[in-house]
Parts: sequence; structure tokens; C-alpha cells
Amino acid sequence: MEYLKLVGVLIVILGFTLKLDSILIIFLALIVTGFAGGLGLDGLLEAIGTNFVANRSMAIFIPILLITGVLERNGLREAATDLIKKVKGATAGKVVVAYGVMRAIFGAFNVGFGGVAGFVRPVVLPMAEAAVKNQGHEAKEEHIEDIKGMSSAMENITWFFFQVLFVGGAGGVLVQSTLASLGYEVELIELAAAEIPVAIVALVAVCVVTFVKDKKISKKYYGTEK
Amino acid sequence: MANLKFIQINEVLGANLLNLVWVIIGLIAIYAAIKNFLDKENPSRIGTGVFWGAFGVVCAFGTWLPAKVSGALVILMCLPPIFKKVKVGHVDTPSKEHTEEQYHKVGMKIFFPAICVGLFSLVMAFFTNISSMVAVTLGVIVAMIILMAYNPSENKPVVFLKESERFLSIMGPLCMLPQLLGCLGGVFTAAGVGEVVAGMVENIVPKGNVNVGIIVFAIGMALFTMIMGNAFAAITVMTVGIGGPFVLAYGANPVIIGMLALTCGYCGTLCTPMAANFNIVPVAILNMKDRWGVIKNQVVVAIIMLIFQIGYMIAFK
Repeated sequence: MEYLKLVGVLIVILGFTLKLDSILIIFLALIVTGFAGGLGLDGLLEAIGTNFVANRSMAIFIPILLITGVLERNGLREAATDLIKKVKGATAGKVVVAYGVMRAIFGAFNVGFGGVAGFVRPVVLPMAEAAVKNQGHEAKEEHIEDIKGMSSAMENITWFFFQVLFVGGAGGVLVQSTLASLGYEVELIELAAAEIPVAIVALVAVCVVTFVKDKKISKKYYGTEK
Repeated sequence: MANLKFIQINEVLGANLLNLVWVIIGLIAIYAAIKNFLDKENPSRIGTGVFWGAFGVVCAFGTWLPAKVSGALVILMCLPPIFKKVKVGHVDTPSKEHTEEQYHKVGMKIFFPAICVGLFSLVMAFFTNISSMVAVTLGVIVAMIILMAYNPSENKPVVFLKESERFLSIMGPLCMLPQLLGCLGGVFTAAGVGEVVAGMVENIVPKGNVNVGIIVFAIGMALFTMIMGNAFAAITVMTVGIGGPFVLAYGANPVIIGMLALTCGYCGTLCTPMAANFNIVPVAILNMKDRWGVIKNQVVVAIIMLIFQIGYMIAFK
């Protein structure tokens, strides 16, 4: 009956794939695994309690929320807007890349500017469109569609690969506690340091891909290299 | 790195500071529970109150509560979100005019408190043996003091508490996902799931070849994340089932292998519509015509990063 223990894993895979409520999936997987593993009700409650308390580090985002909203109230987004406006000789590609570099650096300090809804849509897109117009072109609809795709990709890639540099971020803490359950003790700062080359390569890759694509599509839509 | 840590605090003080952090977090959650319980604009006052309240109590007092009681509170906490009874109450979002006015007062120096938390956690991790959780909390407190000094009429102490509740409510119960997944990983290990998965994978992957193990682990993380749409859900299962028995058991570096597996998973996140928050929601927010418009712009970088990371893991294992 060893395979019965895998029902919990199956629930997680199927549940997320079928887009069931995430907390429901974990709840079911916890209970089923506990009973299939022969922990019994007492043992299950004890295992859940011990492991949830042991994973409290994952809640470290909560004290940070004390300042997240207050920073927004005091004009963090406006300051970020002014910062990328400083880019000289802007093209759509340059605006997206400038946003990406800023997003990456601040992402490593766990600072965000509102994501796609809060920053890309109200700030990055209008600036990129204005850049196209400044070069003497009427922005084509397909081009705008490409810019939307590139800036969302920039947002995701820079955030994914730079938030892991923040010592105390959820990703590192989860890896640390998973490794600890297997008997490997590692420090959060070592985990963050291991990601430095990965983050740099990711930023270079996404910037190069964006520049190359922007050049190619500008040529296609407007017949110039600019 | 240990020799750089010239500031050392003793274990008792460290443990006390850490417990203080859990109490602070718990109290913030308990404030959110009380606020929503009393909020007439919240359509589900009891459910929302129970959710944040149960979490707050486990978090604040988990150190001293019997594990069984904590376990029961976690079960209680899970019930309101399962029945969709955690709702957002009254929200006080600042207007654009308001934030612009504050920006004219504060200006670019707003970036300083913004990076304060990251700076504190980094510096303290380098030079002290103080827990990152304590360092982050200290960074928050210093940032709060700076913000109050910048703009005393706007940033009163109660504003910080109210704003934390606003963001907790925006994030909703899903913000508990990483902690619940971490807990699930622990229960999987306790029940012996890792051994069973490893036994199955053993039939396909030869044991003892670390490089093959690394490649299977990395690509497996990416594919598994694509299917589940969530790298955090994938990493607990994959590390226990494949990373541990096929890579780490042969002496590979747990720091590099364990951590990079997560960012290999992120390569999968970049390629899947299952990660709706990142790849599908932006399509809607930006009124894009192509449902795959975001993913198409990410695939090339995702493949480059997966290959680079496999090479990095093999080289530095």
C-alpha cells in the first residue's frame, strides 16, 4: 500500500492543473496524505501544526506591508516614473529596457511599482507610444501589441529572476525549509548569492531579445532601422 | 562567509527577537481580523475575521501553543477561503492627485526607505548572525521612522497599520499559499512520500549519475511547473522526490542545486497559461488581442535560462 501515500501528490498535480481552489487542494492533500501515511488524526494535527509553525518565515512579507502602501501614498510610483523619463533618445525598445533594468534593481530589494496594472499600463506603454511618435511614425496597432507583449515579458522575467536575490524572499525561504526537511542546513544569503549569475544572465538575455525584436519590428512596420 | 560576521548575538536573544517578529506579524493579522469583523461594508465579516484571526493566533503564539492546537487552528483557517468566505471590506485607496501632491513634498528621496528593508536584510546577513526575519523587520521599522520624519502630517503611526490591512486584503487568502505549501512539503516528508516517488523515478532514471540527475531535476521542475502553474507547488514535491535522492544524496552542493531548481521552475512559469496571474491577466489588463502575446515574448529567454542553469548546476555541483 506504499502507493497510497502518493494520493496527496496526485491531488496537488490534478488540483492545480484543473484550477481548483488552491487552498482546497492543499487542505485535501494534507488530510489525505496524513491518513494514507498512517499518522492518524492526532498525528496529522500535530504534523500540520509543527510544520505550519516551522514555516512562519514565509509570512515575513506581512511586516513589509506596513510600508508598501505608505510608500505608494508618498509618491513612490511618481518617483519611478520620473526616473525612467531620464532615458535619452528613447525608442520603444529603450523605454521597455529602461523599465526592466529599474524593475530588476529594485526587485532585488523587494520593491515593486505596481506591476502590469499599476505601472506598465499607466506609465510604460504611454511612454513607449510617445517614443514611437517622436521618431515621426504613427504607431501601428500591431506594433503597440508587440510592445504590450514585450513589456509584460520584461515585467515577469526581471521580477522572477531578481526577487530571488532578496534575502528573506519567499522563494529562498521555501527552498531553505524544503532542504531542511531533507536534512540539509543552508543559509538564506548563500541561496541568494547562488542566484546572482542567473539574475545577471537573465537580465542581459531579456534586454538583448527586446532590443533585437524592437529593431526588427520597427524596420518591418516603418521601414527604418530606428 | 562566517568570518565576516563580526556582530554575534547569543542564541537566547536571537530566539527572543525571532519570537517578537512572529508576535508582530500575528498582531498585524489579528488587527486585520478585528477590522474586517467590525466592518459593516464587508459582505463576509465572520469568515474574513476567522481566517485572519486564526492565522494571527498561530503565527503570534505558535512557539508556545501545543502543536495539536496549532494544527487545529490551521484547519480552521483553511475553511473560510475554501467556502469563499474571505472578502474585502472598506478600502481607502489613495487618489492619484493625493499621491502626486505627496510626491511633490517628498520627492526622489522616497527611494531610500523603499530599499531600506532589502538593504538591512543584506547587510545584516553579511555581518551578523541575526536572523533575516529579524533584519527585515528592523528594516521595516527604520523605513517607518524615515517615512514619519519625511512627512509627519501624512504618515501617522495608525496609517501604517491601516495600509498593511489594505494590502493584506488585496492579496487575500492566496498569500498563505507558500506557507501552506511549505507545511505540505513537511507532511509529505513525514509520511514518507519522497521514498515512494524516488522508487518510481528509479525505474526510469539511473541512480548514481549526478549529471543525469541534475538534468532530470531541472527539466522536471520546468515541466512540472508548466503543468501546475506554480513553481512553489512543484519545488516541494520535486526536491523531496528527485532532487534529494538523485542529486543531493551523491554529495552535490545543496545551495546551488536546491536554489537553482526554483528558478528552473520559473522558466516553466514563463511558458504556461496555467500561470494565469503572470501570463493571462496582463493580456486582459492591456487589452491584447493575442492570448499568447505575453508567453510568446518569454519563451526564448526561458529556454536560454534553462540551458544556462543546467550548465551552471553541472559545473558547480
